[in-house]
Amino acid sequence: MGDWLQWTDRALRGAIPVTVTVMLVFAASLPWRLPAFVEVTPAFAVMAVFYWTIYRPERFPFAATFGIGVLQDLLSGTPLGMTALVLLIVQGVVASQRTFFRGKPFLVIWWGFSLVMPAVGLLSWIISSACFGALVPPLPIVVQVLLTMLLFPVFVLLFRPLGVLAAARPE
Amino acid sequence: MRVGRGRNLVLAVPGRVFAQRFGYAMLACAAITLMILSQAEPRVVETIRVGVVDTVAPIFAFFSQPAATISSGFDELDGIMSVHERNEQLAHDNAQLRKWQAGAEQLGHENDMFRRMLKVVPDQRARFVTARVIADSGGPFIHMVLVNAGQSHGVRKGQAVVNHDGLVGRVLEAGDHTARILLLTDLNSRIPVVLEESRDRTILRGDNSPHPHLAFLATDARVKPGDRIVTSGEGGMFPPALDVGIVSAVDKDRATVQPFVVWERLDFVTILDYVVPGVFPETRRAERAGSLE
Repeated sequence: MGDWLQWTDRALRGAIPVTVTVMLVFAASLPWRLPAFVEVTPAFAVMAVFYWTIYRPERFPFAATFGIGVLQDLLSGTPLGMTALVLLIVQGVVASQRTFFRGKPFLVIWWGFSLVMPAVGLLSWIISSACFGALVPPLPIVVQVLLTMLLFPVFVLLFRPLGVLAAARPE
Repeated sequence: MRVGRGRNLVLAVPGRVFAQRFGYAMLACAAITLMILSQAEPRVVETIRVGVVDTVAPIFAFFSQPAATISSGFDELDGIMSVHERNEQLAHDNAQLRKWQAGAEQLGHENDMFRRMLKVVPDQRARFVTARVIADSGGPFIHMVLVNAGQSHGVRKGQAVVNHDGLVGRVLEAGDHTARILLLTDLNSRIPVVLEESRDRTILRGDNSPHPHLAFLATDARVKPGDRIVTSGEGGMFPPALDVGIVSAVDKDRATVQPFVVWERLDFVTILDYVVPGVFPETRRAERAGSLE
């Protein structure tokens, strides 16, 4: 009985990072009607994948990233597979630099994110332009990249306690 | 015990790293395959997309209402602050509108009379469905919204979508209970329109910005800021004379349009089921009979 409870507790805690990210993907698709949102929604999923790959990689498998990317593509109508590929690339790059990021002050993490985000914007722009067969106007993408970079600290404040919860184990 | 576990871990790591890298490569390939597939087999991908969206639509429908309530709360607060001012403005507008109403009624009668005199073929009155916007992708790549009406309500791909302000866009995909609307500001949106005053026909082309522009405008077209744009009805998908927007700026090779629709307030839309009189009535009827079964 105790074992079973412990197992459930661990499974539920372990599912927090992926669940939160899926909820963010849904939240981003809701009709919020905030003037800033009409034009661009910040790239929530990129923030989440970046954060969890550094701090809770064992709770964020590649398959989850793929699934989240496909879900976002299906919901928002972007070319199917685009977000999945972009998120996987982010995860791959960040995973290779994990030892560098671990234990560094937040400013370093933010700086790292600010390097990743423009690359994400550029890659998405190339892929979407290729899929639509027309150059996608770059300005809204630039706005999205900047907005996402600016909002990153706010989301880290949200992710941090959840990350602690995801790691805690009853001893 | 502990030592044993540690040794197992050491032995397991290279295998796990390999498995992880292999899995990663497979998933990346899968993503690329999906992109190629969606280009090569758009119909298959559309079916999958519509199925998934139909399945998760209740989640959106459940949460979209609170989201709308939150945003309308802000509007309300704003309204309370300026209630006196608004009241005066409305009284003034009302007086103005009464004059217009009288004028419009008179013109309507006159128009009816002329139509009878000229034996004009009447436009078929469009049937319609009104639906709530339950999701708004709002990304920089696409401008689409999801509504809670689909094929079971008679919504079909290609139908025109309007709200009380004017034209919103067209139906891109229709599932059983949901439909995806391509807004007229989207990069892939092309709508046949006509300049109301000069009767120049052209195409309104979206570019993912809030201001679509007029493409293929004839060099001698007379277009100036403030001109009204309405649908031309060409192609038979859209009814003619739906309000679209006004020309906001004209420079030497481009005329931009300010749509009448206020995107921040897009909560309900009306989907028009328009059939050009006399064109394929039999197939349409058969299709509808099939959908009722």
